[in-house]
This record gives sequence, structure tokens and C-alpha cells, in this order.
Amino acid sequence: MADVAIERNAAPRTARKRASLRTALKRKSTAAFLMTLPLILLISLLVIYPAFYSLHLATLNKSMQRFIGLGNFQFLFKRETFWLVVEQSCIFAITAVFFKALIGFIVAHFVHNIPAKGQRKWRGMLLVPWVIPPAMSTLAWLWLFDPSYSAFNYLLAGVGVDRIPWTGETGWARFSVILVNIWFGAPFFMIMYLASLKSVPDQLYEAAAIDGANWWQRIWYVTLPMMRNIIAITTLFSVIVTFANFDIVRILTAGGPLDRTHVFATWAFRIGIEGGDIPLGASVSLFMVPILAIAAVFILRDINKRGNES
Amino acid sequence: MADVTLRKVVKKYDDVEAVRGIDLDIADHEFVVLVGPSGCGKSTTLRMIAGLEDITDGDIMIGGDVVNDVPPKDRDIAMVFQNYALYPHMTVAENMSFGLRLKRYPKAEIKTRIDEAARMLDIVELVDRKPKQLSGGQRQRVAMGRAIVRNPKVFLFDEPLSNLDAKLRVQMRIEIKKVHQKVRTTTVYVTHDQVEAMTLADRVVVMNHGRIEQIGTPNELYHKPATKFVASFIGSPAMNFIPCRLEEAGGKLHIRITDRLAFPLPPKRAARYQGVSRTDKLLLGLRPEHITEASPHAEPGVENFDAVLDVTEPMGMETLIYFPIDGTQVCGRVNPNAGAQDGAPLRLAVDLNNMHLLNEVSGAVI
Amino acid sequence: MTSTVVIDKAAPTRPVKLRSMSRDRTWALRWSYFFLTLFAVFALVPPLYMVITSLKTSAEISAATNPWWVYHPTLSNYVELLTSNQFLTFFRNSALVSIFVVTITMLISVPAAFALARMRFWGSATLATGVFLTYLIPETLLFLPLFKMFVAFGDLTGIQLINKWYVLLVIYPTLTVPFCTWIMIGYFASIPKELDEAAIIDGASWFQTLTRIFIPVALPGLIAATIFAFTVSWAQFLYPLVFTTSTDQLVLPVGIVTTLIKGDVFAWGQIMTGALLGAAPPLIIYAFLMDYYIAGLTAGATKG
Repeated sequence: MADVAIERNAAPRTARKRASLRTALKRKSTAAFLMTLPLILLISLLVIYPAFYSLHLATLNKSMQRFIGLGNFQFLFKRETFWLVVEQSCIFAITAVFFKALIGFIVAHFVHNIPAKGQRKWRGMLLVPWVIPPAMSTLAWLWLFDPSYSAFNYLLAGVGVDRIPWTGETGWARFSVILVNIWFGAPFFMIMYLASLKSVPDQLYEAAAIDGANWWQRIWYVTLPMMRNIIAITTLFSVIVTFANFDIVRILTAGGPLDRTHVFATWAFRIGIEGGDIPLGASVSLFMVPILAIAAVFILRDINKRGNES
Repeated sequence: MADVTLRKVVKKYDDVEAVRGIDLDIADHEFVVLVGPSGCGKSTTLRMIAGLEDITDGDIMIGGDVVNDVPPKDRDIAMVFQNYALYPHMTVAENMSFGLRLKRYPKAEIKTRIDEAARMLDIVELVDRKPKQLSGGQRQRVAMGRAIVRNPKVFLFDEPLSNLDAKLRVQMRIEIKKVHQKVRTTTVYVTHDQVEAMTLADRVVVMNHGRIEQIGTPNELYHKPATKFVASFIGSPAMNFIPCRLEEAGGKLHIRITDRLAFPLPPKRAARYQGVSRTDKLLLGLRPEHITEASPHAEPGVENFDAVLDVTEPMGMETLIYFPIDGTQVCGRVNPNAGAQDGAPLRLAVDLNNMHLLNEVSGAVI
Repeated sequence: MTSTVVIDKAAPTRPVKLRSMSRDRTWALRWSYFFLTLFAVFALVPPLYMVITSLKTSAEISAATNPWWVYHPTLSNYVELLTSNQFLTFFRNSALVSIFVVTITMLISVPAAFALARMRFWGSATLATGVFLTYLIPETLLFLPLFKMFVAFGDLTGIQLINKWYVLLVIYPTLTVPFCTWIMIGYFASIPKELDEAAIIDGASWFQTLTRIFIPVALPGLIAATIFAFTVSWAQFLYPLVFTTSTDQLVLPVGIVTTLIKGDVFAWGQIMTGALLGAAPPLIIYAFLMDYYIAGLTAGATKG
């Protein structure tokens, strides 16, 4: 009987309490929302809004008073420089990313190869290019490439090679900006690969060795498949930042000679800030969007896939 | 300290019912173990008592108060987790005192309580270490210490020993029992290990598919299981279930297993099973220790038969034997000197005084 | 090189079959060291050349001597820069911007990451993905609309933010917050759920769970995020180039590039000294907190 009494008493109390629990839950999600509010505000006001605003800007004339539709784009398509920039941006990004990935992969293997106690030291030295602010290190390169005092040319003269116009001639200037970008970015690949190499279980290599695989087969059948994900995502990241690069080109060549090394970002800066034509500059930088969007979609797919797996 | 009562407690995750209406009374000072296979709802039940999961329906009372919507910190409970959940950045003493410090207990009081708990658990010399510097068993002790210092109404243990190796598990089991004998706090303990359940509990609650199969003392569960699930879950090696029928022969009730194998039931059993339909499909439940080598002296209710052994497993003090009866593999326990050998015939005896008869369809013990 | 020697010594004691394998290893090791040395030279030549040049006088630089050697080492470039008000202003601006941006970033990211990792609410999953996407948007896409927005904001409210160093405090978080939030979500999510449950039972509120459990436990992640935010703020070049022009408002990278490079008269000794001093804070942090630095680098792709 006592049980029944308790139950009867408890019932209304429970109903009331349930409601209060629901408010508590609601309060918790409100608190969570408030904690993310600064983040939401920051992203929407200073990232999403300007992104769409630049779409709007691209449809205005230079003084930003008149709507001209696709006029800026029509203008761009007619200019030879624009096509040069498209060409150079693609050459720059593809070549630089390819060599960064390749060099990073090779160096990571060498570091992984040596006894563990020495790895830290080598890794520490090899990552230095990534740590120095690119604007600062590019100054050093600019000085190394100096037309009259180039320290590289001094060395080359020692072996009888003529002085090279590192930043003065289209071909060499393009080579130079790519070289500096590789120098700056390869360590990042190296560190990512190294982290992922370390996560490949040793047993796999031992099993492959017992199965009679040589070192090349071990890389091809064990290392690469295990690292596929990290290679893909690092490459995509790098495509984005390389394609959108500004610092190195700006400081090393400022787009010269004759606009031959401009990429989208530096040319947009030249037109938008230095030339004062913000709408046209915005139109130029918008051309980065398709490539970035494609890379982002692939990265996101990978992240979601991994999210689902876990 | 207090009693814990569950009334028709239900937990639904979206459409899945994890716990389907549980009634349970846990008395003050009692040590109750919830046991069952994974996914049976035992952990969910424990977490509902702790307040870490809200309950979909029903009531939970601690010390007579309905605590359905009381937050965990106000339920006056302490919990020991499977992975110990020690705060990695705090020392042992800080781990143990965290709850007390949040409640702003005086420093002296905290110190006495830590000293007391540390002495009880034999971890006095560890109090200034970080969890990382401790072994699994030591972490387990600290986790218990953290529960003890709070001096709560109820201890909740969520599979606390499953991360330890077998030897340590036995040791910690004894440790937990000792602690309970000292502090006498009402304890709810969840495990999937029936040995742990049997050795620790005052009463064991066997759960399956979100329901309680049976509640009872370890001995009750072992000797008088209510269902096939309980019968098979408790005891190791598990109880044998051999398909059989009842039949009348020569005025006596027999249990027929195959065309050539039937045993007369002892009088006590015969009376009990008189009312069972002769056509029902039944299962003969026999624990391995009730299938032994035949002895030269006939005992009432013990029947002999011949079997050809498949495999033998010498365990030292006994030898486990496996042999087929009508396609069912049966396990028995014989004396190591009984001459059991792989592939060899052996004369065996079944003790029908300790048999169980189950309905094959419903799984109920008759 | 010592380790190769050790292996050579060990080889004869091993069975004959193994010797060829160990000789292979030795050669692989020699090649590794050879190429690593090559790559290390490639990596370290520019910073070393900065050091070499910074120790030279202008006279020695313009004389056609061996550029790779310092004949008359001098610290005059350092003395000159470190006593120049202008340079110290750049340094101060950079330091202020970086410290404030790190603080702002942490104040925004940590609570947001905690909420996104542990407290499910409507749209939280979308927001987490959105944070990550934001991190992928480069600054070169946004600097023109942002510049125009701040000009318009100044016209509208009369609060002129353009050409003030503190405008960067508003803008830099767009670079730092998404990544820091993203990796903090990863670190917080890796904390076992039982730890917050233990804290809840111990009577901690969610705020206490954050400050007394999550932040201390995820401290390595927090340090990695802090380092990231600092280095990004310190190294940023495009935004200050766009948003600040007066010499008293410039941060270090822009200041060095725009004021020390004067037409054709390249004061290379000073430029290299300035660049070296500008590279020093990140390098020092890297030297002392290398493991955290690398953890932050790799966290972006491996966490979450």
C-alpha cells in the first residue's frame, strides 16, 4: 500500500519537475549559443559579409557609384595582363605545390630513416623556413637575388657561370618566385608527412619485408596508401594558400618584370589599393574563388568521411 | 546513507527503448550488482540513478526523495568510472578533494578525509603523484578514494575493474568488498562479469534487453535460476542445455533425451514435473559439475551413461570434458584421475537431483 | 655519423645472411644524412645570409668582396635599429597587435570550441563545419571588401579606423579564430566524456568544468593554438599593408619593407638586421616550444 501512495504522490510532482528540466535544457543550449555568439558574429560580419560584399563591389564602376553589371569582367577579359595573371597563377600554384609535396615527401622519408634521437634536431632545422614570417625571409631572398650583388651569382661566377637575372627576366623571375615558395612551404609538407609516417605501424613494414617487398615496393604498397589521406588534405590546403599567395610575389618581384609574375592576389592589390579601383580589384580576386571552392569541397568531403568513420 | 528505489523506470533514446520499465528496491547498506551482457541497459540504469541521463518515465528515489530532476551534484552520490576518469592535471589528493573544494569544505576537514580514505585504500604514499604516474590498480584505488571522501549516500560503480588484468581484478574485487564492509555505504555496481557479480553482491540483478530477468542472492541465482538466460549467464563454464521430453515408463516419470538415452527422475523431481505436458519440447539444464565420472556406489538420483569424449581440458584440480549428446555439445567436470582422454570413451554420471527443466520455447525454468 | 660506425662494428658479429641487410641499412643511412644535409643547407641559407649581412657595414656590402664572409664584423646595424624610435615603434605596434589578438582569439575560440565540442544545440554541427570553411578562405579574397567596409564605416560613424594600428585587432581574428576554434574543438573532443561526468558528479558547473578541467587538461592544445595565433598575427603582411600607412602605425613586417627600402638605395645591412629582428620572436618561440608548435601545425588536418 505504501508503494501505491508514493506513486500517487509522485506523479504530479514529476510532471512539474519534467517541465523545469526542459527549461534547464533550454538554458543549457542558450548558454552554448551565447558562448559561440562572438564567433558567429565575427564570422558573419568580417568573413561572410565581406565575401558577398565583394560580389556586389565587382558589379560597380571605379567610383563605386554606378552599377555596371559584368562590365568589370568584360573589361578584364579584354586585357592581356589578365590572361597573363591567370596563366602565371596556375603555373605558380601547380608547380610550387607539386614540388613542395615531392620535396616534403622525400625529406620526411630521410628524416624518418635516421635514428630517432637525431630526428628532432634535423626536423627542427628543416622547419625553420616555415617559422620565419614570409615577408621577412623573402627579403633575404630578394637580397640573395640582388641584380648587382647577388650572392648566388658570386658562387656561380666561381664555377664560371654567367650572372643570372634572378628577378629581372620573365623566365628567371617566375622560377625565383616559385623557388622561394617551395623553400617556404616544403617544410610544412615535410612535417605533415613525418607525423603521418610515424603513425604507420612498424608491423606493416615488417610484414611487407617478410613478404619480400623491396624498399620501393614498401613505399608504393604500404606507405603511400597509408598516407593517402594526409597527402590529399595537405596538398589541398597548400593549393589554397599557394594560389592565394601574396607576400612572396609582392616583395620579391612586385609582379614584374612587365607584370609577368603577378598572381591574382598581387594584381588585385595593384589595381584595388595602389590603382584605387576597388571594384576591378575585387573582380580580379573573385577569380580565385572557383579553385578555392573546388579544393574546399574536396577537403570537406574528406573531413566528413573521417567524421563518419569515427 | 540511504535506500534507492526505482519505480517503472523507462529510458528511450529516440525510438529505441534502452530500459523498459524497471522496478528495484535497494536497501540501506546493501551491495547490489547489476549484471548482464553489453547493451542490456545496466549502465543506462546506473547513469539514470547518477543523474547523468534523464529518465523518460518512472521515478527514482534516493533516501525516500524523488530525484528524477535533481542534478547529479545534489543527489549526494559518488561514482567510479570504467576508465577511472581521474583528472589528469591534478595530484591524487587534488583529485580526491575536488568535489569537497567545490563545495568549500574547510581545509582541515578535507585533509582529514583524504588521510582517512588514503589509509583505508593504502595509497598514503601516492597522494602527491599525478594519475599518469600510477599503475592501473592504483588509479582504481584513487577513483574509489575520490568516492569515499565525499561520504555520499550511494556509491555507483560502472564496470570499475574491466580495464585491469585478471590477477589485479581479483585483488581489487576483494579490496572493494573490504571497503564496503568498512563504510557500509549503499552500493550499486554494474558489471558484465558474472564472477564479479557473484563474489561482490549481497543481491544480484540480472538484466537483459532492458528488463530485469531475476533479482536474488548469488546462491539463489546459481541454484534457482528463473529463466534460461539467467541459468546460462551465471556460472562458468555455462550450464548445459540438452533437448529432451518427459515420458512415462513403467509407472515412473522419465526424461528422454535420445531414443537410446533416458533417465528416470528422482521422486522429488518427478512430483514437481508431473503436470508438465508430455509433448512439450523441453531442455534439460545441467551444470558441468553435475556431470562427473561414474562412481562405483550408486546414489539416488544419480544415473550413469556412456559417452565418447571430443576434447578434454585439464585445469589442474579438475578436468573439463566435452562430448556430444544428440548433436548438442555438453560440458562436464571430472576428477583429473578419472582417465579422461581426447577421443576416448568414459562412463559418466549425471546428478539429476540438481537438474533444471526448462521450456524450450519460453525459456522459463519449470 | 657515429651511429653508422656503430652499425659497422656490429655487423661482423651477426650471421652472414644479415650482413648484407645491415650494409644496406648503413648505405641508406649515409644517403639519408647526405640529402638531409643538402636540404638543411637549402633551408638555412637565407636566414644565415641574413645574419651574415646584418653583421656588415654598408661599405663592406657595396665593396665587391666575398658576400658569404664577414671581414669586419660589426653590431652597428643592431645598435642603430634598436635605438631608432621608428623601428621601436614598429616593434611595439607588432607586439601590441599580437598580444591583443592572441587574447581576443582565445576569449572567442575557447568558449566556442567548448560549446561546439560538448553542448549540442541547434545548428552546432553546421557551425563547426562553417568554422572550418572560414579557415580556408584566404585573406587575399577579403582585403578589398574589408577595406571598403572600414572606409564606409568611418564615413558613416565618424570613427576613423583606417590607418590606426588597432584596426588590425578587429581584422586579425578572422585569420586566427577559425583555426584556433577548430583545433580546440579537436582537443576538447578528445577528452573522455567520463571526465566531465566525474566533474558534474563532483558538483562542478559547466563553467567550472571548462575552467578547472577542460582548459588545464587541454593545455597543450591551448598552447599550440596560442602559438599559432601569435605567429599568424606577427607575420601578417597584407592586411597591415592595406590598412595602415603612417609610419607610426605600421607593424614590423610592413615597416621594414616600406621604410627601409628607399628607392634604389638599399640599406641591406639594416634591412637584413630588421628582418632578422622581425623573425626573432617566432623563431624564439619555436626554439623553446617546438613540440607545441608542431602539434599546432599538424592538428589542423589530423584532429576533428
